[in-house]
Amino acid sequence: MCGIVGLFLKDQALRPNLGAMVSPMLIGMGDRGRDSAGLAVYRDPAPPGSIKMTLRRVDGDEDWENLKVELAAGLGISVSGTEFDDHLLLRAATDAETVRDWLKNNRPEVRVVGAGQKIEIFKKAGRPEDIVARYGLDGLDGSHAVGHTRMATESAVTTQHSHPFSTGLDLCLVHNGSLSNHNRLRRWLMRHDIEFETDNDTEVAAGYITYRMRQGATLEEALEAALVDLDGFYTFAVGTADGFAVLRDPVACKPAVMAETDGWVAMASEFRSIAHLPGANDAHIWEPVPATVYTWGHA
Amino acid sequence: MRDVVANIDLSETSVRDLNARLHAVAPDTNDKSFSVLNPNGAHAIAAGLTEALHVGIEGHVGYYCAGMNQEAVVEIHGNAGTGVAENIMSGEVRVHGNASQSAGASGHGGLVVIGGDASARCGISMKGVDIVVGGSVGHMSAFMAQAGYLVVRGDAGHDLGDSIYEAVLYIAGKVESLGSDCVEKDMTDAHKATLTHLLRRAGMDADANGFRRFGSARTLYNFKIDNAGQY
Repeated sequence: MCGIVGLFLKDQALRPNLGAMVSPMLIGMGDRGRDSAGLAVYRDPAPPGSIKMTLRRVDGDEDWENLKVELAAGLGISVSGTEFDDHLLLRAATDAETVRDWLKNNRPEVRVVGAGQKIEIFKKAGRPEDIVARYGLDGLDGSHAVGHTRMATESAVTTQHSHPFSTGLDLCLVHNGSLSNHNRLRRWLMRHDIEFETDNDTEVAAGYITYRMRQGATLEEALEAALVDLDGFYTFAVGTADGFAVLRDPVACKPAVMAETDGWVAMASEFRSIAHLPGANDAHIWEPVPATVYTWGHA
Repeated sequence: MRDVVANIDLSETSVRDLNARLHAVAPDTNDKSFSVLNPNGAHAIAAGLTEALHVGIEGHVGYYCAGMNQEAVVEIHGNAGTGVAENIMSGEVRVHGNASQSAGASGHGGLVVIGGDASARCGISMKGVDIVVGGSVGHMSAFMAQAGYLVVRGDAGHDLGDSIYEAVLYIAGKVESLGSDCVEKDMTDAHKATLTHLLRRAGMDADANGFRRFGSARTLYNFKIDNAGQY
């Protein structure tokens, strides 16, 4: 199973309510996955020349204050950050690669969950309602969000194996389904300098999209190529800096419902995660057609 | 005598309690009409009914609504999720909006009417149910369909009727492609009379002359003595 949700606010007046609107969507998909949950929220852009990175500590001892001081001193830059339990939302006046390299050398146990100008990713093993409460996701503002509730079928239940997976700056992927050629594809991608942290199939899809876009493909082109190279079942939602994209495999047995009003566009594995949104009963509701890339975003 | 309508609000009552109440209706009562409010996409609403109830659902439903239905008339004033009227045995299920995939799957009897579109695999493995769709159906509809009629007033997606047995398909619009062993067949006056009757039962005002008939070429599932060595 697994459940996926996406919400894009067309009406800017709704932005203060993004977390309050999307959190019940995530919790609503709890019956499709109780193992772990995650949400990528796009909000509060970092100024040009700076980067926002969501970090996660693996053991309980990481002192975020120390990390910020040492990072600022080590790189000679200004650093700030907001703590969300075991996640740190870091802002640094440099680029993502510089921070990544510093972490690799100085804090190898700290994971980079996501990076970009706008993206913040929160994920953890556990139930979606616990994850919403732990990180206060229902209080976040923002323009759009993509989330996932996981019922693991092919690899371990850990936070590292949970979605969303980062696929590049301001990009992330959530997946309902299972891929059958991920082991071969992972080996191929590793030979092309894509790094993996887990044996998870979705991480391979994320790595694949990263690889294609590194080669110069647009997100749409990368997803079109995925239709050829990824074997298995999937409904994907991809969060981007400006919106989100949806793709279903050609057989399309993994569900997806879309709904649109003047105020918002929502996608979910099932309608019951959309039902609470204002105006949902009168929304334009449809199912995305198989093997077709859909994108929503600011023009 | 006019039936008493009981309102059951799913914002106050669980689906389990709703279904238990519907299952407990005695055959010899007049109180057989129910209205379900605030369904909000919940699963298995009005599943497993066995009496001639009328259940009206005011909104969108989730998976397997009216599954395994016998005798009852279930009317959905909204959209339906995956597997509406799955394994229907008798009675009627009417969806006034659109239906998700596998509508009427493996139904043995009764009538399923979908006012809007139905998505992929509508009527998969149907075994005697009649399905009338006001809009279009998605890919692989009537896959392995064994008996019954599928009527589509709009278009059909790719691989219509793949591996079909003896179900009969009437399609008014475009057919993207036919699946294995599904072929177009003659439309005789007898077929038009059958179709007219189906459309009337569905409450749809349409001319049978605009439809084409599809069914099995019978090359896949029939035993052929030439193939005996293959077994």
